[in-house]
Amino acid sequence: MKFALFLGCNIPARLTQYESSARAVLENLDVELVDIKEFNCCGYPLRNIDFKASILASARNLALSEKENLPILILCKCGFGMLKHAAHILKEDTTLRNEINTTLKKEGLEYKEGVEIKHLLSVLYHDIGIDTIKEKVTRPFKDLKIATHYGCHALRPSEIVQFDDPVNPTLFDNLVESTGAESIYWEKRLDCCGAPLTGVNDDLSMDLTKKKILNASQSGANYLCDACSYCHLQFDTVQKMIYSEGGEDHLLPAILYPQLLGLSMGIDRDTLGLVKNQIDITGIEGFLSD
Amino acid sequence: MFYYISLYISLAIFIIGLIYKIYTWLSHKIGVDSKDIPTSKRLSSALKGIILTIFGSKILTLINVFFLDIILQRKVFNEDFFRWLTHILIYVAFMLLLFMHALDTFITSAIFPNYSATLNPFLFLRDLFGALVIIGVCMAIYRRFILRPPRLKTNSMDTYAIIILAVIMLSGIILEGTKIGSYSIYKSMVTDYAGLEEGEEEFKALTAFWVDKFGTISPDLKAPFEATLLEEGKELHEMSCSGCHSRPQWAFIGYPVAKAFKGAALGLDKGGIHTLLWYIHFLACFIGLAYLPFSKFLHIITSPLSLLANSVMDKKGSDPANIATRQALELDACTHCGACTSRCSVGIIVEEIENINILPSEKIQSIKALVSKKQTDETKFRLILDGTYLCTNCHRCTDVCPAGINLEDLWFSAREDMFQKDYPEFSVLSPLSFYRGLMRENIPQSDYDRPLIQAREAIASKYDLMKSPDKAVTLTPDNKELQGGLLLSDQAATFSACFGCQTCTNVCPVVAAYENPKEVLGMLPHQIMYATGLGIKDLAFGSQMLWDCLTCYQCQEQCPQGVKVTDVLYELKNLAIKNAESNVESVTG
Repeated sequence: MKFALFLGCNIPARLTQYESSARAVLENLDVELVDIKEFNCCGYPLRNIDFKASILASARNLALSEKENLPILILCKCGFGMLKHAAHILKEDTTLRNEINTTLKKEGLEYKEGVEIKHLLSVLYHDIGIDTIKEKVTRPFKDLKIATHYGCHALRPSEIVQFDDPVNPTLFDNLVESTGAESIYWEKRLDCCGAPLTGVNDDLSMDLTKKKILNASQSGANYLCDACSYCHLQFDTVQKMIYSEGGEDHLLPAILYPQLLGLSMGIDRDTLGLVKNQIDITGIEGFLSD
Repeated sequence: MFYYISLYISLAIFIIGLIYKIYTWLSHKIGVDSKDIPTSKRLSSALKGIILTIFGSKILTLINVFFLDIILQRKVFNEDFFRWLTHILIYVAFMLLLFMHALDTFITSAIFPNYSATLNPFLFLRDLFGALVIIGVCMAIYRRFILRPPRLKTNSMDTYAIIILAVIMLSGIILEGTKIGSYSIYKSMVTDYAGLEEGEEEFKALTAFWVDKFGTISPDLKAPFEATLLEEGKELHEMSCSGCHSRPQWAFIGYPVAKAFKGAALGLDKGGIHTLLWYIHFLACFIGLAYLPFSKFLHIITSPLSLLANSVMDKKGSDPANIATRQALELDACTHCGACTSRCSVGIIVEEIENINILPSEKIQSIKALVSKKQTDETKFRLILDGTYLCTNCHRCTDVCPAGINLEDLWFSAREDMFQKDYPEFSVLSPLSFYRGLMRENIPQSDYDRPLIQAREAIASKYDLMKSPDKAVTLTPDNKELQGGLLLSDQAATFSACFGCQTCTNVCPVVAAYENPKEVLGMLPHQIMYATGLGIKDLAFGSQMLWDCLTCYQCQEQCPQGVKVTDVLYELKNLAIKNAESNVESVTG
């Protein structure tokens, strides 16, 4: 199994543990990753400002992986949603596709048939499968309750992203449970993390984050698990900012899914970048069975 | 005489220029934090910092950086082998020419007591180094003017650098070639070293030998020569010349040039061509020297300084005075090589949004002009601000910069500086602000909120209707174009199916976050859909709801009528920004 790994902007700059843990887990599952140095911004942050610029940025990435004849594996949900949306629009709107291709041709690129765009979680669930993952889980968690956070742009708009059932998704819960942890039910599990408004309307963004964390915590979770760079920075870095104002550090630490899975596979904490999270998550190792 | 006068003048200009540059590094203000730090404080902090670093443990880091990043150019090597080779050829060979050839009386003679410019290995090496520089310059020309990587810009400074190098090298080589063939130079050398004069028999023999073997062009002697004459000439040559003159063929570029000029050599020699070329050669060198502090060649000094400073400084631990100084220096350390632009995450969008300030290599030039107050035009200022904000802060520019410039921090400082001028920047109302949000603890609260408020107000101010909520609105559409559809994507016109059931509003987490959402958000999602359907643009564009939308797609997912609510909101945002931008343009002219 071979994919072009799309990291986006946030992960190499401020979330290197997501990359290192994802690589380690995928390597353990015999997935080959190819790095395309020329990948650029997925286009998501530009969509508010200029639709066509965002599609152009997306399309360039799609064209680059098409050139290598590789499906894209993406770690970020917002980037996943954006690439999916761009692929959808470029398929529907031939005029736009031609315009975009005219620009891309200046550097010898073209977007033609389309490439498969997959989020890390879809690859793990559909291409590898829960059973194979379970075979690799050597130290399953015990008595660990996880609040599984799906992330908006993976679930919706469902007709475009086609990730899982948008109302009652189970994919991520199953992946979390494959590590031996329990994925609890919590009311706000499908809500937005608040990240899209960080830097735009912090009060609102933090309010939404706080409500989610509170709900997850009150539902009995020990940790929150996510698989998106924006969501994770929100639940980690921004959560720390929220609670440090009140003198505390956090309410509910967040762990990236490949960190969680990696621990249960016996991958060492340095590779998984456990200490790189802003909020201390090393306590989770106490839930690992011996 | 003229040589020395011009040398000292150019040296003086160089030194004064350099002092002026150092002064600007200590006085130019970049970053909000630098505003209240006087030059004297920056000077003392810089000296203190340098001394503490050199005599501390960080000296090892500096040594490491010096060898790997400065001498061996590790960063360029990792990024692009072709560029690395180009630069290594130019800089190593040029440095060797500078020390071995230009400064031969000081350096080469001191190291090699028997040094003579016409003797091997020096004769050969000079041409070898010259050839390497020329190959490097040709590679640079090939990259910039023939290969032309996407979005690599070539400015007048880049062209100047290539031209001045080419003039120095070519004049040097042609000078050497004409000297090899020159009869007048030959004659005076023979007089000086062999004590022979024209007309003497021995002179004739020696000249025959040189004409035959070494390409000297004589006005009266031409091959073929008798063997005995050549034999005699050879003896004389070995007696008087070969001690400090190797075979000119060793000058493997100069010699073919001499051959090429063979036909015209006598005329050129009489006309004093080598004197002319000598003037061109040294004057080009002196111009290069005098202009160095103001050209991109200043990077010979500033790029190493930037690499060294950045290897031992960080945002949190370093003295703010030193960070300000480093950032001013960094503006001069840029070589405009374009590595940052080639790796820029959003570089591609310059094809769609016409603003070259999006590209980091151009942005840094513009910011330099702003900081040194050479750029004061308002429209251009706003383009620089916009280009600086259209950045995902992915850090790639900083990672690849061969001069080690912390570009991401530079953009951050420049952005916050520019916000102080109170021009609305609409891109702040997008997820591009995410990084700024994460960095908010580094920005004073009032400065932090200001651009956000300004952008919202600048957009809202266009739509009067939102200011008078009690006003009765006629149901005659005031914007048929809007009503006709949003044409940016396939979502056009789905809003017309809205029958106002309010499902979107009821599932919206933003609406749910407020006790009195209408007061805060202006219009609620279903009202915006409906207003768009009616073509009432003031209501569609003027609402705060647009900018507080999370794009979580709950509304769109659940709409029973298939209205692409989130996508419609996206498009309204695009249009509102476009309208607001054209509004500002018409005000600023």
